Amino acid sequence: MSIDQATVRRVAQLARIALREDEVTHMQGELNAILAFVAELDGVDVEGVEPMTSVLPMRMKLRRDAVTDGGFASAVVANAPACEDNLFMVPKVVE
Amino acid sequence: MSDLTSLTLASARDALRARRLSSRELTLAHVEAMERARRLNVFILETPDRALAMAEAADARMAKGEAGPLEGLPLGIKDLYCTAGTRTTAGSHILDGFVPPYESTVTTQLWRDGAVMLGKLNLDEFAMGSSNETSYFGPAVSPWRRPGSNASLVPGGSSGGSAAAVAARLCLGATATDTGGSIRQPAAFTGTVGIKPTYGRCSRWGVVAFASSLDQAGPITRTVRDAAILLRSMAGHDPKDTTSVDVPVPDYEAAIGRSLKGRVIGIPKEYRLDGMAGEIDALWQQGIAWLKDAGATTREISLPHTKYALPAYYIVAPAEASSNLARYDGVRYGLRVPGRDVAEMYGNTRAAGFGAEVRRRVMIGTYVLSAGYYDAYYLRAQKVRTLVRQDFERAFADGVEAILTPATPSAAFAIGEKSSDNPIEMYLNDAFTVTVNMAGLPGISVPAGLSAEGLPLGLQLIGRPFDEETLFALGGAIEDAAPRVDLPDAWWAA
Repeated sequence: MSIDQATVRRVAQLARIALREDEVTHMQGELNAILAFVAELDGVDVEGVEPMTSVLPMRMKLRRDAVTDGGFASAVVANAPACEDNLFMVPKVVE
Repeated sequence: MSDLTSLTLASARDALRARRLSSRELTLAHVEAMERARRLNVFILETPDRALAMAEAADARMAKGEAGPLEGLPLGIKDLYCTAGTRTTAGSHILDGFVPPYESTVTTQLWRDGAVMLGKLNLDEFAMGSSNETSYFGPAVSPWRRPGSNASLVPGGSSGGSAAAVAARLCLGATATDTGGSIRQPAAFTGTVGIKPTYGRCSRWGVVAFASSLDQAGPITRTVRDAAILLRSMAGHDPKDTTSVDVPVPDYEAAIGRSLKGRVIGIPKEYRLDGMAGEIDALWQQGIAWLKDAGATTREISLPHTKYALPAYYIVAPAEASSNLARYDGVRYGLRVPGRDVAEMYGNTRAAGFGAEVRRRVMIGTYVLSAGYYDAYYLRAQKVRTLVRQDFERAFADGVEAILTPATPSAAFAIGEKSSDNPIEMYLNDAFTVTVNMAGLPGISVPAGLSAEGLPLGLQLIGRPFDEETLFALGGAIEDAAPRVDLPDAWWAA
């Protein structure tokens, strides 16, 4: 399966990566090279095989249902490119 | 280059304990070596003041008789581990200037045990690469060169800075991480030892995530014993990582030197690739002979889905990466590139902040997870992953205790030698290591000899889940039997 330029643009939009028009062809070639490589999997018989959902067969531990951490908003926003009153600042979303 | 930087981690530990040496002396020698080795571009950030403060604190504790297992030993930290108050970049522009307010669990345990931090080590961006060439900070350079040539070689990747720093004797050992071979391949390229433990053995908390079902922390060192010492401090259960496993951490060092009499080692025929260099096969045969001499029995085994592991990895890993890297949006940390609205700000930030390899993987990961393609790609790859794991389970159920393979299909190559136009060429580096991540197993790479070009080659041992001890015992036997690999003289020292 190979992908066309419209798909490359759509995937870039989904991935939130701005792609210049002159980068589309190059990206298309790279993605198709990878897709051609992984196409080898089409030849594997996976009938009745369970997909791996846990790396090792183990029960996940449950923790206490309680607040055990938090209360440091200023540390959380300390690395933000823009913040005010311990809130993250973003460009206007709603007009 | 002083003699103090040529000590193994174990011998430095013993000298400190015997009070023949202070951590301050040992740390100063390493700080000096680090500062003179800037040509190698191994450290992204040097922290000499912090190192000396930690060394003095370690000396004070030792004077009171309170030495921890790593007391006073200077280490390098891969810049994928968050270090509180010290910039952490993951080798990416998008995290430039990020100063974590928290410390990773693994490094917390190293400092708990008395270790000293020299600085943060170079790596491929977000650990995506096999040569350290995708780092925003430029490639780390291997201390190794082909005899008679000045061409700069790659130290491997993604833990290229870790492997190069250890081989160049800039630190006694280093932390690293391995998602598809990122500990074992650079160790093999630099004549050092690297172990990726069982998935769940080390906490992933505070380690910048690449592919969460594959990522594991581990050490790179100059000897098998040193790796055993470091792993013991790095490993252990952490309630903050639900995938970390609550089983006791053994004294790995005690496993070295254990008798190998009657131990059954599998030799998987699928690792004999078409067109594989004759010297790689010869090294493998030599490894088989060494283990037999040490009393082990070898047996040919079949792992029929081996060749599907790498293509399946290049679906699973980018898919998980595309999800993990969604957090870099220019809002909470790192780079922000403005746009007319919030969506354009995201797109501009991620286009400018991610390098070419990361953009490529996020794109492919987004594609294979997108509506209509999930079953054809991601679900199928996860089924193939089950088959890869079952291959190993069958071999272990038949009595095989560990598996011996080459670590890499070739020795190190030159910087710029593998074209960036064909990503697959670079991906093939991980053909022998990636199966281990897909199955969640432990694997160790041990130096075993030199290529015809005079560059290091490694052998890999793959173990049963949580049986790192057998890998240390077998790795120690290979280390003892193999011709001594003399690390290169310090041509880089300014």
